[in-house]
Amino acid sequence: MKAEAFLQCSQCKKILFSVEFEQLLRVCPHCGHHHRLLAKQRITATFDPESFEELDKEISSLDPLEFPDYEEKLEAAQAKNGATDSVISGWAKLDGMKVSAAVADFSFMGGSMGSVAGEKITRTLERAADAHCPAIIFCASGGARMQEGLLSLMQMAKTTAAVQRCRENGVPYISVFTDPTMAGVLASYASIADIILAEPGALIGFAGARVSKQAGVSKAPSDFQTAEWVLQNGMIDKIVHRREMRTTLTNLVKMLSWRLVKHG
Amino acid sequence: MAKTWKEWERPLIEVEENIEKLKQKAKASPEAEREDLLKRVAEFERRRDNYIEVMYSRLGPWEKVLVARADQRPYTLDYINSIFTNFTELEGDRRFGADHAIIGGPAYLDGEPVMVIGHQKGRNITERQYRNFAMAKPEGYRKAIRLMEMADRFGLPLISFVDTPAADPSVESESRGISEAIAASMLKMFELEVPSVSIVIGEGGSGGAIGIACASSVLMLEHAIYSVIPPEGCAAILWRMPDKGAQAATALKLTAAWAKEFGLIDEIVAEPKGGAHRDAIEAAGLAKEAIVRHLKLLKKKSGSKLKQERYEKFRKMGRFLSENPVDALAKTR
Repeated sequence: MKAEAFLQCSQCKKILFSVEFEQLLRVCPHCGHHHRLLAKQRITATFDPESFEELDKEISSLDPLEFPDYEEKLEAAQAKNGATDSVISGWAKLDGMKVSAAVADFSFMGGSMGSVAGEKITRTLERAADAHCPAIIFCASGGARMQEGLLSLMQMAKTTAAVQRCRENGVPYISVFTDPTMAGVLASYASIADIILAEPGALIGFAGARVSKQAGVSKAPSDFQTAEWVLQNGMIDKIVHRREMRTTLTNLVKMLSWRLVKHG
Repeated sequence: MAKTWKEWERPLIEVEENIEKLKQKAKASPEAEREDLLKRVAEFERRRDNYIEVMYSRLGPWEKVLVARADQRPYTLDYINSIFTNFTELEGDRRFGADHAIIGGPAYLDGEPVMVIGHQKGRNITERQYRNFAMAKPEGYRKAIRLMEMADRFGLPLISFVDTPAADPSVESESRGISEAIAASMLKMFELEVPSVSIVIGEGGSGGAIGIACASSVLMLEHAIYSVIPPEGCAAILWRMPDKGAQAATALKLTAAWAKEFGLIDEIVAEPKGGAHRDAIEAAGLAKEAIVRHLKLLKKKSGSKLKQERYEKFRKMGRFLSENPVDALAKTR
């Protein structure tokens, strides 16, 4: 792909220098809009340099329902994105501290959770529980992956059960809602983290805005389902600017896992 | 393609109406003609029964959707009333408000106390509105959590009846954290040290369903459906045509047989000939037999064993390709 020297902010339409835009972690210097990151970019922006060790690379999606066009869509996403599925998982470090991490990528089939994403999230949480180190999950998903039917719905239960493992082992789990964090992902492992952070402006909701507005007697406010609206309703803990994410996570993780560190 | 169960069953309803007319005619006829008419009635009834049997043994995915949603189908309270005694509904979530889409409370099952929860649908417009079409708000799930905690505290087995199109997607439910409520309810089910049995009796609609379906044993009625998304919603996304629900239902493999095939439910519970709505009492009897049988096995296990086995059961769910020989099982399952 040829790197363009300039690009336009999709929010404020101002022209940006590509180099500067990347240095700013893809946050618009004019309007502050947080543009979506690929999982790999997120890892570089968040964890200690070269600290990420990817695991679970050996698993990939099947088409158990023989769902119309699923195989083609998967292959196209794999070719475009270079990853095998919508979640990358593994070990990482935050200021030298080992964490079990998973990062979702919206550009891969809308970050949807099928058997593979569910398995990777579950393994990330189980590894944290077993190794007694914190779990950090960056969410970015339209929800469960329709093409795997009920198998996808069951990933909600499976990942939720794994959160229970972390709780039992006294292991802190932090989830970060990035744009967008929706439906089946929001209604499972994402919403029951010990601490929930969100990026400014991220879309966060259970039902698509269209469905909500149809179903609701009350009118949806203009900032409906934004990180700011969700914060105001008490559903998350903090909105964190992308450039502050690393320090905020490091800080929180260290405070919550003092006991784990003390016992080695 | 029929859009409702009534439309689909119309030929059958017409036959039944004709039988009824013939019966009336026989009643009013003189003795000599009556016998002949009654013979014809019996013949029609035999044909009707055959027709029902054939029709219901060949239900396609979309017909299952229609049957699962049928407004004559027994709902949670119908099952509760025939299976349990002394059901005492408890209403409060102690947080915000009363939800009528999820009901629950303690009851006796063959003389032993249990905790029952379930989605409740309404049969007419007033009831439907009162029940919010069995679409629970956060309060419903939070009440369920409260009842589950109580079950755990007092050692009552938990039984949940699943029958919802979806969780309530309104703005107000969003503002009070419907997603968190569903996730927390699932989490609570994994914490329980008492036996739990869930039974999908009609519509197992996505997150709204799984929120109260993470049980030690998950059963599903023969003609019930269980799906990650309603077929109409799936069709709208796939083909931008919600009326292609029938095609989407086929693609989604939302039937009990498929759920069992994929290892996502433990047992398919048979329905009376022609569906649960033809004999609600028999349907409840069949459901009860299965619930009691599963509970009996689960009751022999310790709390920690129940928890561990529940975890392991859901842990295995999913199908993917793995190059790691350790995962070979996952690949072939």
